[in-house]
Amino acid sequence: MVDVPIPKEKWSGKIGVVVLGAVMEEGGTRSKKLAIGGGASMPFLTFEGSKPNRPAIAGEVVDTVSDFPELVKRELGEAVNDPAAWAKVWVEDYGADLICLKLHSTNPEEENRSVEEAARTVRSVMQSVRVPLIVYGSGHEEKDAKVLEAVSDLAAKERLLLGHAEESAYKTASAAAMANNHAIISFSNLDVNLAKQINILLTDFGVKKEQIVLDPLMASLGMGLEYSYSVMERIRLAALMGDSMLQVPMICDTTSSWKAKEATEEIAGHDGLEERAVWWEATTGLAAAMAGGDVLIMRSPRAASIVRRAMDELVGGD
Amino acid sequence: MWGVIELPTAIEIFKYLPKKNCGKCNYPTCLAFAMQIANAKAKLEDCPFVPEEAKSALAASAAPPIRLVKVGSGKEAVEMGDETELYRHERKFFHPIAYAIEVSDSSTPKEIEARVHRIANMSYERVGQILKFDMIAVRNSSKDPLIFAEAVEQVSKLSDMALVLISDDAEAMRMAVGRAASKRPLLFGANKQNYLAMCTVAKASSCPLVVSEPAGLDELADLVAKIKSEGIEDVVLDIGAKDLKQQLEMCTIVRKVSVKKIFRGLGYPMLISAGKGEGAVLKGLLATMKYGSLVVFEDIDAAQALSLFVLRQNIFTDPQVPIQVKPGIYAVNGAKEDSPLLFTTNFSLTYFTVLADIEKSRVPAWLLVVDTEGLSVMTAFSAGKLTPESVVKGLEASGAKERSKRGEIIIPGMVTRMSGKLQEAAGLKVIVGPKESSGLPKFLKNLY
Repeated sequence: MVDVPIPKEKWSGKIGVVVLGAVMEEGGTRSKKLAIGGGASMPFLTFEGSKPNRPAIAGEVVDTVSDFPELVKRELGEAVNDPAAWAKVWVEDYGADLICLKLHSTNPEEENRSVEEAARTVRSVMQSVRVPLIVYGSGHEEKDAKVLEAVSDLAAKERLLLGHAEESAYKTASAAAMANNHAIISFSNLDVNLAKQINILLTDFGVKKEQIVLDPLMASLGMGLEYSYSVMERIRLAALMGDSMLQVPMICDTTSSWKAKEATEEIAGHDGLEERAVWWEATTGLAAAMAGGDVLIMRSPRAASIVRRAMDELVGGD
Repeated sequence: MWGVIELPTAIEIFKYLPKKNCGKCNYPTCLAFAMQIANAKAKLEDCPFVPEEAKSALAASAAPPIRLVKVGSGKEAVEMGDETELYRHERKFFHPIAYAIEVSDSSTPKEIEARVHRIANMSYERVGQILKFDMIAVRNSSKDPLIFAEAVEQVSKLSDMALVLISDDAEAMRMAVGRAASKRPLLFGANKQNYLAMCTVAKASSCPLVVSEPAGLDELADLVAKIKSEGIEDVVLDIGAKDLKQQLEMCTIVRKVSVKKIFRGLGYPMLISAGKGEGAVLKGLLATMKYGSLVVFEDIDAAQALSLFVLRQNIFTDPQVPIQVKPGIYAVNGAKEDSPLLFTTNFSLTYFTVLADIEKSRVPAWLLVVDTEGLSVMTAFSAGKLTPESVVKGLEASGAKERSKRGEIIIPGMVTRMSGKLQEAAGLKVIVGPKESSGLPKFLKNLY
């Protein structure tokens, strides 16, 4: 009998683990903690001997859906108008591992809702579900500084994941995370060196590596997915080869899929828009997981179910 | 018994070299040359002094790690295999994965005709490429050789697409190949029980042969060796994975041992028999990213197929050559004569981002896509591809000034440095736009 050799790599590095959420003994109110990362091989290659955590799915909840595609609103129903109810649907009906709450309404150039209002939203979501939380501001630098600070304080012992710090503006977001030992998303724009650079800035500033989750920017299917896919593979390889500044879990926001025309518009001669849209995001999510994503922020519950099924099968039962 | 071929190391190659260090191979020493050959970066023929015996002894290192297998004929022929990398960023993936859909020979001729048309209609045009299925797989579900042959002949006449013939009955295969021999179909295929008879059919018709052995990779390599010893060279492997985990691991192992030249016995393209439903799409998506060469679907929904096609388009893009958008003028949000005019480059990622942000603003606008040979704004600016002249050229070629009659043009904030010259060259008032595309919705909403 021929003996096919099993090509196991001897990696010198591994991805660190970031723990999100805090339980009662730690002063938190989550029902359990979630460990992300920990991979010691390229994704899902258990024959290399690693048994990593399955990538987690974070259900997206936004505090304003004024520019949301109709299709998703239909899929989610009434819940989209109440973040607390929406989060509950994600956890109870679709088994989301955590919630990603985006406080877009605080943007002063749009709805400009107050910091207090945002704080109330965060509180209501925290009360309605017991999974860990990711909280994003609106992406408006000055306002986010205030919003994230308030969120950090009101959930001081909950070990949130705050989004995000980037090279041009990392101090206020990092400070908000450091103040109460939350974790922070370090964002960079599709480049291995920039990803490393922002992590160096954060650690120099005093953020611990166990607090950092890297967002290398997930471009959706048909809109540059291949760039993200390869940048992430290169980040993961560099981390496994020992680059300690890249040995942190990665987070991918697949909701960018809903910017693609194919996910939102009819195509002449083809029906099935709904199915197309769901698979558009599911495909983006699967590619993100295959390239090394440890947390996937997803919008469509059906797309999330498909990706979860694939990941469960990839991780295997034993 | 056939076993692991140990590939020659640099030292082994060195033994056969003249050791003259003459430099005629363009490397300073014979040892340096040997090392390049071992890494597949140089060819033995580059040395004028190598004896024939050495050439044949070392031929193994010259063979591609994964054999190139051709199915079909003419324009619709499909090439599979001949890959050399594990990750696309290392160089690129050379031969896009092929997708096939099954047609059952139990269907009536009318049903077969309808199905072939349906398969042909599952096509989309996207960034200048036609995305579609590559092959039709005819399955001998009737178990009747004559019915199979009739169905194969019918499909072969209805479509130019390359064919896969699915039957484990060698006699049925022999009859069916006779009806489509000029098309060089892929015979699917040989297994432990039927391989001798299947090899005879494959050899007589010079058709490539799929080898199935679900017991495991060792058993598969064993069977491949036996089939090779029957004189069959064009082999496709049916991995027979039971789930996604097995598919990923087996495909990764085969690809890795082949391209890393640890083991040669499985250096062939891999086929995934996906079935139908959600699970089949997932298998297809996984195979597209991780090392599949052909996926055979029992069936697939057209809406799901689009994601598959676009993923293939993305993954098999050459990382050195970005996908380009056709230069020209594009109307967004129902642009009219009084709508503003913006410009960007024809790098697809840049274009898609800018387009999405203009759409988000809901402000009607014209977007001029300037030909920068697929470079992004800053890269094109630095490389001298995004200049006042190239913008003017784009303006003229597209007739943009006839579309937006405001007499203004919005320049990306990153390249304000060329505002003055552009204003002069274009004869338009230059308005400075945001530095990042994400600033466009706010910018456009507040523009007038």
